[in-house]
Amino acid sequence: MAKDSMRGKAIIAGDDVSTDDIIPGRFAHLRSNLPELSTHAFEDRIPGFAGRVNAGDVLVGGRNFGLGSSREHAPVVIKMSGVGAILAKSVARIFYRNAINQGLPVLVCDTDGISEGDDLEIRLTEGIVVNHSTGDSLNCGKMPSLMSDILAAGGLVPYIREHGSLDAGD
Amino acid sequence: MGQTLAEKILSEKSGAPVAAGDIAIASIDLAFVQDTTGPLTLRLFKDAGFTGVSDPARTVLFMDHAAPSPQRQLSTDHVFMREFGAEYGCVVSDVGDGVCHQIVAETYARPGDIAVGADSHSVTAGALGAFGTGMGSSDVAVAMALGKNWFRVPETLQVWLTGAFSRRVMSKDLVLNLIGRIGADGATYMALEFGGPGVATMSVPDRLVVSNMAVEAGAKVGLWPSDERTREYLEAMGRVDNYRPLAADADASYSRIVEIALDALQPEVSCPHTVDNVRHASELGDVRVQQVFIGTCTNGRVEDLQVVADMMKGRHTAAGTRLLVAPASRAVLLEAIEKGLITTLVEAGALILPPGCAACLGVHQGILGDGETCLSTANRNFKGRMGNPEGFVYLASPATAAATALRGVITDPREID
Repeated sequence: MAKDSMRGKAIIAGDDVSTDDIIPGRFAHLRSNLPELSTHAFEDRIPGFAGRVNAGDVLVGGRNFGLGSSREHAPVVIKMSGVGAILAKSVARIFYRNAINQGLPVLVCDTDGISEGDDLEIRLTEGIVVNHSTGDSLNCGKMPSLMSDILAAGGLVPYIREHGSLDAGD
Repeated sequence: MGQTLAEKILSEKSGAPVAAGDIAIASIDLAFVQDTTGPLTLRLFKDAGFTGVSDPARTVLFMDHAAPSPQRQLSTDHVFMREFGAEYGCVVSDVGDGVCHQIVAETYARPGDIAVGADSHSVTAGALGAFGTGMGSSDVAVAMALGKNWFRVPETLQVWLTGAFSRRVMSKDLVLNLIGRIGADGATYMALEFGGPGVATMSVPDRLVVSNMAVEAGAKVGLWPSDERTREYLEAMGRVDNYRPLAADADASYSRIVEIALDALQPEVSCPHTVDNVRHASELGDVRVQQVFIGTCTNGRVEDLQVVADMMKGRHTAAGTRLLVAPASRAVLLEAIEKGLITTLVEAGALILPPGCAACLGVHQGILGDGETCLSTANRNFKGRMGNPEGFVYLASPATAAATALRGVITDPREID
């Protein structure tokens, strides 16, 4: 279950992070072995990524984070690496939904003022990110209530297990 | 206020009128997975405690991304998929049948349907007026089990087409031009819908190319009206009874309208390492190419192979350039054999790969060497896409691919007789 408030250090990933950057297609044979797959996260883009994430770190993207394929393995390996949340200026549609479905919070805000290692506090319900290194407060807006319910349940499968269907009135 | 095609389909399938921005819970007519997303989907399906598939005859498990499998782990994923298919009665489309999106177009997608696939290029079905969209494994597992899922009704960017293509300009050039113009995030969360007098000049195979790449502009769906050309295609596929006309209302509301004159387009090339890095083929200069790859869900149809065969007949690939051709499906391969296209291509130096995704995604069948460059008719050129982050991928039409295979450098196809 995603915590309502979390705090971690920023890891900068930049603009146009594709799902091939997150987990390259050449590792398709490891997709049924998620622990091994996750050791290759960001291998071509952020050297040493898998070994240097501390639990709760915040992955910070720029424009169009997660563009590309529908592979849900992308948010899975990010979450398995220890990342607690993702911030980006904009997020590709399928990745956004996949991350929420895996219980990994993704917030959209202006990330230009965030630097590597900044101390970030994320308040999910309020939709606010506080950068304690700069003193900035960033507004992320609210997600649709169904999505925040899925996130709160820890993902879509836990949500379905809990509710038995997509909507309570079903 | 009139409705866009996306609003129309989501209203019909959710049982209530919906408009852009609404959340709709809609019924689903086709759910499918492929072999790199399928195993996770099927495990999530079981984890969720689902005991059955909502509509087994319209739940399809495709093996196309690793076809045939180059590694034991992928072979074992295939074993798991076949066992799941047998257990739940779903359709299994096995190795050699072809790329999921091509088979969805040939066999399954109907105008007005909602078709969800655990593959981002599931937008391809939009060419038939079906709301085809890519989702992740969790969402497709839910769609398989419940026969429905939730959708945010998208705003729509309308692409207004006039005129008709000129010689050696293809629908790939249209979609690359569009993506170059609006950017790889130009339609994020939105529907792309196509309208205008140019629509009728384009066949369903032409439209499939454009819908296929809608996701490369971030779009949720790339919808064409269902018209006489759709009826013509469904008739050719032996399922004309699936035809129904479908169009957006004349007074539908669009967030943005982009006008493109088809006759003003020229051959375009998407350069490494982003799809929206688009330049005219004629302005690229001397880009030497070691591999040309023709195929995929974007451009692996008979119409594409016909263009290539016509240009290469009696000619040969340039020294130092290999040509890989992968027909998109078994039906495409058979028709290409019957028409003599395969003979022409093999005589011209091509290597024919089995129907499937082949070299597109870096799993097998044409992985680039360090420093090598490939001109591909596929839809993505991200760094590492073709199996090597030290490789370079350019995207272009089958005509540009043929011209490039003949010259060994990226070539404007209008330069070839």
